[in-house]
Amino acid sequence: MLAFVLRRLASAVPTLFIVVTISFFLMRFAPGGPFNLERPLPPATMENLMRAYQLDQPLWRQYLTYMGNAVTGDFGPSYIYKDNSVAELIGKGLPYSVELGFYALLLALVGGVIVGTIAALRQNSALDFAVMSVATIGVTVPNFVVGPVLTLIFAIMLAWLPAGGWGDGSLRFLILPMIALALPQLAVFARLTRGSMIEALRTDHIRTARAYGLPAKSVVVVHAMRGAMLPIVSYLAPCAAALLTGSAVVETIFTIPGVGRYFVLGAINRDYTLVMGTVVLIAIFVIVFNLLVDILYGLLDPRVRHD
Amino acid sequence: MAETQKTMEPILAVRDLKVSFTTPDGDVDAVKGISLDVRPGETLAVVGESGSGKSQTMMGIMGLLAANGRVSGSAKYRGQEMVGLPPKALNEIRGAKITMIFQEPMTSLDPLYPVGKQIAEVIVHHRGGTRKEARPRVLELLKLVGIPEPERRIDSYPHEMSGGQRQRVMIAMALANEPDILIADEPTTALDVTIQAQILKLLRDLQKRFDMAIVLITHDLGIVRHFAERVVVMRRGEIVEQGGTAGIFENPQADYTRMLIEAEPHGRKAAPPDDAPIILEGRNVVVDYKIDGGFLKQRASTFRAVDNVSISLREGQTIGVVGESGSGKSTLGRALLRLIASKGAYRFGRTDISGLDRTGMRPLRRSMQLVFQDPYGSLSPRQTVGEIITEGLYVHEPQLSRADRDKRAIAALKEVGLDPAARNRYPHEFSGGQRQRIAIARAMILKPQAVILDEPTSALDRSVQGQVIELLRDLQSRYGLSYVFISHDLSVVRAMSDYVVVMKDGKIVEEGPTDAIFSAPREDYTKTLIGAAYNIGP
Repeated sequence: MLAFVLRRLASAVPTLFIVVTISFFLMRFAPGGPFNLERPLPPATMENLMRAYQLDQPLWRQYLTYMGNAVTGDFGPSYIYKDNSVAELIGKGLPYSVELGFYALLLALVGGVIVGTIAALRQNSALDFAVMSVATIGVTVPNFVVGPVLTLIFAIMLAWLPAGGWGDGSLRFLILPMIALALPQLAVFARLTRGSMIEALRTDHIRTARAYGLPAKSVVVVHAMRGAMLPIVSYLAPCAAALLTGSAVVETIFTIPGVGRYFVLGAINRDYTLVMGTVVLIAIFVIVFNLLVDILYGLLDPRVRHD
Repeated sequence: MAETQKTMEPILAVRDLKVSFTTPDGDVDAVKGISLDVRPGETLAVVGESGSGKSQTMMGIMGLLAANGRVSGSAKYRGQEMVGLPPKALNEIRGAKITMIFQEPMTSLDPLYPVGKQIAEVIVHHRGGTRKEARPRVLELLKLVGIPEPERRIDSYPHEMSGGQRQRVMIAMALANEPDILIADEPTTALDVTIQAQILKLLRDLQKRFDMAIVLITHDLGIVRHFAERVVVMRRGEIVEQGGTAGIFENPQADYTRMLIEAEPHGRKAAPPDDAPIILEGRNVVVDYKIDGGFLKQRASTFRAVDNVSISLREGQTIGVVGESGSGKSTLGRALLRLIASKGAYRFGRTDISGLDRTGMRPLRRSMQLVFQDPYGSLSPRQTVGEIITEGLYVHEPQLSRADRDKRAIAALKEVGLDPAARNRYPHEFSGGQRQRIAIARAMILKPQAVILDEPTSALDRSVQGQVIELLRDLQSRYGLSYVFISHDLSVVRAMSDYVVVMKDGKIVEEGPTDAIFSAPREDYTKTLIGAAYNIGP
């Protein structure tokens, strides 16, 4: 098991390297630059800026410098948020994004699995139809619609919850953004669960469990659900990585100081170092969660135990 | 042990039982009002072909029908009505008083839990206590059903066991609560012949020991003859005949029963002369499978599936290749057709094909065809039958016009005994036997010289099997075809082949003319195989 984890971590290094390299050059080949503003800067100023940030160097040297620094954990200064390094920006925003994302993930997973299981057990009933229609809506309605609608109803009309901000970090502030963030994922989990539960309930070993008089609860929970969890666990990795690294839309709507905005803002402003920083962050999350999911998979299914 | 008096009072009395399924095309009656009795300690065989309702009868009684199924009528276990019993009360009976084992040993156990835990769960549920307390009992059961090293195996997962062992575990589970009735639904169909015989012997020994009744659902009359005391013959949801086993076999009353008994394949064509030219030959065939290590993991190993086998197929000859699963017989067939990487010297007619690559082999492919075991998986569900069978013509006779191809398709379908209108329909609209005919038509349309038949009849009912064998023999004599007939079913091999090759662990154990092999096998393994196939039981 330890060998498996070490092997996987070792194989993450080349993956990260490739991701960073591709992103670096893609970013540089995109037209524009960090200092191309609507009103062009005087050439002398521009030249000074370029020199200050070493952007006047040949691209390969910039790349080597960047990589050299990145290995030591130095992701450079942000070109736009001039008083901060990229590491500082991410370090400040990440805890907010992770906390919010964690609650959203929990809500999506637990809610989705419960809803999907109910739908599967009442397959093709009115309840199944109703629940799954809502889930379809959850997938199709984007969160920049869900967010404002939630705010309108619960913050403005009913005035039960704050409309935005982090406040003291208490649950009241988190509920609305959490729902907005979780809803589409909850719908995906519900659909996945329904499908794999229906399949699991049709297997031969479920027939065996029923033929041996095991009560319905144990048939569903002990025998069907564990097998049905496998596809859900697979989806968990990309979902967790996406939720925990923040959402630009939800963080903007609810004015949460997370890292989700940086990716979009950095890309729009050609803030090379900030984009690179978020790319590395997301890549690490994806790699780590994929590894966790593979370990979880082995725990759930003895047929894929790792040695 | 249960103290059952051997009275003739039935312990399970089924009266006018009906099972129907609601489908989009209307209701389908699978069982149309049948009555039968199960007496204490007896073995009752319920015989019939697929679709006869033999399994659904038992599923209906046990409350295990699919969601769209309904059961009506009466089934009384010791006076207690089971039809319409609420699940809670039904759960008192199933798994304790009446237990079941199934056809699919590979999938009937939950893959995610150790086998011991699964058996313990059934004990704990019906008798109380904890799983830990049940463990000695589980060990005892595993010992009883002949699992080697039960102390170790109790914590094994199903995928770590062979099919035969898994079926033994199922039997252990079935015996755990000392039932009165064990329903065995095709318990050995998915197993190799030698394992079949062991499992049946085990069931018989345990039956005596525990004095339980066995309801054996099967299509295999060989098993019925050696195993059952009474027989119920079912067809299309009805009972056509029932009575003592000896009586049924010696003096069958219903035409259908007679047909079933006579459906055992027999007769054989004449062997070709010994000096007939060789059409397909493989010398010193070796096939190794690489088991990959993977990235950053150096543990690649090889598995030798076929180990230095030589085989020469003469024109007009049928060579039967016999062996149990894993013996390498299918791999050998693929190697002979140069479909997989293998070592050895191969020739087709006078052509040396040892060194040919894919492109080099392509012109010869039409003359060397392959028919697969699974008539469900080997036909694309998204193509019409016409498209499926004419696909090879695009490669080998590209000059044909659409009308020509259609003509050939009509001819090929007629030849295999299908309505030419079939070419506009899709595979799922056909039965297993019809699909196998389609697969044969796909091979025959190219007018091949040598055909490898890989278990072409194993997925089919006996009576359909007989028809497919007739068809294959007929095509062979009409076109002078040569066959390599791969099968684990010895009675079919006997009816088809001039020459038999017995394989085990990738090697040829014994070979010779069919009659010599069957009447005087020399090797112990051949004797075991033949003994298991023809003398099931003590």
